[in-house]
Amino acid sequence: MSRKLTRRRFMATTAAGAAAVTFKFPAPAIAQAAPFKLGLLTVKTGPLAQGGIQMEQGVQAFLKENNNTLGGRKVEFFSADTGGNPAGAKTKAQELVERDKVDVILGPLAAFELLAITDYIAQAKTPLMSLAAAEDVTQRRPNPYFLRASACSSQAMHPMADYAAKEMKLKRMITISEEFAFGYEQMGGFQQTFEENGGKILKKLWPPIVTPDYTPYLAQISDCDGVCQGFAGSNPLRFMKQYAAAGLKFPVVTGETGGDDALLHSFGDEAIGLVSCCPYTADLQNESNKRFLATMEKEFKVLPGFYAAGLYVNCQVVDAGLKKTGGKSDDKEKLMAALKSVSLTETPRGAIKFDHLGNVIGDFYIRRLEKAGGKLINKTVKTYHNVSQFWTYDEKKFLQQPVYSRDFPPLKS
Amino acid sequence: MTFWLVLTVNSITFGGLLFLLSAGFSLIFGLMRIPNLTHGSLFMLGAYVGATFAGGLIGLQLNFWLAAVVATLTVAAFGAATERLLLRRLPGNQLAQVLVTLGISFMIADFCLMLWGGDPVNVLTPEGFAGFVRAGPAAFPTYRLAIIVIAVIFAAGLWFLLDRTRLGAMIRAGVDDPDMARVVGIRVSKLFTIVFALGAGLAAFAGIVGAPMLSVYPGLDQDMLPLALVVVILGGTGSLLGSFVGSILIGFIYNFGQALLPELAYFVLFLPMLLVLILRPQGLFGRIIA
Amino acid sequence: MNARFAALTVALAALATLPFWMIGVYYLNVSSQILFYAIFALGLNVLVGYAGLVSLGHAGLFGIVAYALGFLLSDGWGHPAAIAMAMAIGLAGTAVFAALSLRATGIGFIMITLAIGEILWGLAYRWISFTGGDNGISLHSRPAPFGYSMASPYTFYYTTLIMFLLTVVAMAIFVRSPFGAALRGTRDQPRRMTALGYHVWAIRFWACMFSGLLTCVAGILFVYYTQFISPQTVALTSSAEVLLMVISGGPATLLGPIVGAGLVVLVKTVVSGFIERWNFLLGAIFVAIVILMPEGLVPGTLRLWRLFWRKQRGARTEAQP
Repeated sequence: MSRKLTRRRFMATTAAGAAAVTFKFPAPAIAQAAPFKLGLLTVKTGPLAQGGIQMEQGVQAFLKENNNTLGGRKVEFFSADTGGNPAGAKTKAQELVERDKVDVILGPLAAFELLAITDYIAQAKTPLMSLAAAEDVTQRRPNPYFLRASACSSQAMHPMADYAAKEMKLKRMITISEEFAFGYEQMGGFQQTFEENGGKILKKLWPPIVTPDYTPYLAQISDCDGVCQGFAGSNPLRFMKQYAAAGLKFPVVTGETGGDDALLHSFGDEAIGLVSCCPYTADLQNESNKRFLATMEKEFKVLPGFYAAGLYVNCQVVDAGLKKTGGKSDDKEKLMAALKSVSLTETPRGAIKFDHLGNVIGDFYIRRLEKAGGKLINKTVKTYHNVSQFWTYDEKKFLQQPVYSRDFPPLKS
Repeated sequence: MTFWLVLTVNSITFGGLLFLLSAGFSLIFGLMRIPNLTHGSLFMLGAYVGATFAGGLIGLQLNFWLAAVVATLTVAAFGAATERLLLRRLPGNQLAQVLVTLGISFMIADFCLMLWGGDPVNVLTPEGFAGFVRAGPAAFPTYRLAIIVIAVIFAAGLWFLLDRTRLGAMIRAGVDDPDMARVVGIRVSKLFTIVFALGAGLAAFAGIVGAPMLSVYPGLDQDMLPLALVVVILGGTGSLLGSFVGSILIGFIYNFGQALLPELAYFVLFLPMLLVLILRPQGLFGRIIA
Repeated sequence: MNARFAALTVALAALATLPFWMIGVYYLNVSSQILFYAIFALGLNVLVGYAGLVSLGHAGLFGIVAYALGFLLSDGWGHPAAIAMAMAIGLAGTAVFAALSLRATGIGFIMITLAIGEILWGLAYRWISFTGGDNGISLHSRPAPFGYSMASPYTFYYTTLIMFLLTVVAMAIFVRSPFGAALRGTRDQPRRMTALGYHVWAIRFWACMFSGLLTCVAGILFVYYTQFISPQTVALTSSAEVLLMVISGGPATLLGPIVGAGLVVLVKTVVSGFIERWNFLLGAIFVAIVILMPEGLVPGTLRLWRLFWRKQRGARTEAQP
């Protein structure tokens, strides 16, 4: 509920009396060293607002800690609400680039939003850093102005499959995920690695995006030794409740969104035992994460998850990149090259660097959901170091196979 | 065997929830000819308000059922206010009714986002209803069976109201012929307020009753509204029996359709709806031919 | 008459010279958006306002032509051929849409169009080989009519403006034509029209086709503007949005849908930059319109304007001895 207070502060500056609005033009840049203009494409209305609000909190946390500077320059921050649809993403991207003349854009949230603006961003030569997991933007159709410091869809699922096969000793699993690209790409990655390690995927279930009741699918889960799910947004909560309600007891593994730390305060006890693989984990013990957690607690009274942490790390990358160019952001190509060459050791998610296609190489954490001190926590049980988007596969070979989809890899039945 | 049994029971359960959701819509449309596009938002609002009290989110924690009553009454009052202040000005102006109900649904959705944030809200299954009823290898969650009972109770109650009470007679008269009803001395405008409040309250009750199953999250309104519309279309507008049969039917189509025809999961509800509309525009039991 | 002519000339002049006085390319692009959404709203208004048929599935028609264009272009077709073929597919789709929907009127029509819209949305998600699923289809170039590339926002604006003006002229002709009168007749008194010998179904069908034609034009402009098409465009919320544009502006008027389109686009794109809870604001605006001007912004404003002038004249005559 205290989140209300922060939003009220924000709202107060955006005209509480909405009827009596007069147009405010963006404040002219104060005549000091020209401020660094940071744009954020996020979603603050509608069902995707859950992740979108957290994204903005991540950026605000970083700016708060660093006195509103990046690379030594004062920051002018433009936050744009895309409404969670591609036309809105395109319009807001244009607003940031053409009207506000931002130097770097963070976001957008959803894969389809990213795909809508990727050509435009490449043309406008504006560096873009997003959490959106669409694989091909750093694989088969790479955008030279795009960096991803979080993970692509399958990046967390390869180590998850490895862990499921080798440590959890699962052999016959059923996958279930939403029927859209993020779901396909996650489950495809899981299937490929799981089957290479001696496992077998028996069935792949795909509930449509709008499915209030998963029971028709849960009724098909039987005669296996584990379930892999890839739900995102608010769906993991509902899925785990209905999974438990259906009397299913098989171990459940999931990716970065299914067991996100930000959902811990919503989950009930039925989620205990959920194993997830995520590029960020709140229990990572390093200085940067301790500071990040403290800021998030102080400013927003929340435990951050993968969305907030991802944007915080993005800001760190921009900060480091700007320091490399000596604070200069006029030459977009130089700035992009500097950002791509950033290699950090102290971030809330550990050490990161980028591969030549702009995707992150970093640590991925396997966590188990447990109850400690009356609260639910994710406890890290294993860390996979230096995981790239290609896992242990040869990059050329990987790029030759089609992108993970509903039918690739095919079921071996 | 277990598979079929589980799906059958779940069809009835889900149908029960859909009945609670759509009965209100059917009543409102049947009596007032208003397509209440706010219905999904009222469902969501009821779920949020109920979740707040059932989970003690503002310090006061109530028994689940008491919280459900609070939610129902709150949203019913909101519905009554909406009808008196806004909808009453628009008799017969269907376009304006669409505009105002959609406008209100935008406002409710954003309001819920402001107040409860973007994260989903978990509602625990009420005490005594957690757990399973086992029948051989199959396990049926007790709470879901309870939903069937609740739906039947409400169906019976609504039937009693409509068929055996004076108020019900007035409502039925108003549905069949509002002008004649006025001539006979029925205070149709007061009736409208009561029915709208009843419909809104039912939606809210459905929301909180469904919350242990569905949780509460932004976007719940947009997920549930098309379902209400499908039930009302198939069952027919203005008919309680139609709502009930339609709900159970949709429950079956939803469960078996998605399980047996996964390729058509996106169409499993709207294709039958389209077929029924083309062949019989007033629905299976409807009294109003649009 | 004179005042109206003057207002029209001023408006035309403003639109024609807009790129020169509009501050910045961004607002020029917003203006282009308002114009093609206005075409979409005008197309829907043919049914909602003049035929009395409320469609909650028009985003589906929009989607058919948009996806057809996207698919053909990504398949290697040239722009002129792709546009022509997409229009043909769109019109064929409209014919099927009309044939199915006109089985009912009133609430039945609304529900059939809703169902068709939802089915098309489902197809957009699942027919991945054609639509790309939720990854959508990206368009990599815009056409260059007569050598002027529409990649330039100025050319895009003028092309959209020309299509917009053609649409307005077509609507004006339609409204004043015997066909328009007959359509209004079927809206107000369908039984009497049948008794008079008019073929009500055929009139409504051709109204749907006209509406579909305008929707196709708007769809093509939309796809070239965003250079991306995905299932969100075909969703129920998109159909609801264009319907709200028509109703809030004033159905059965020429100017109404244009004003409605302007309102919704401005709140979504421009106002959302200043006000965080713009969704709430938009809903509140709609409720306010219903309270103050339930017939729509344009007719409501005219009514209040006339009321104001009557009061003025009344005050003046009272002041006289």
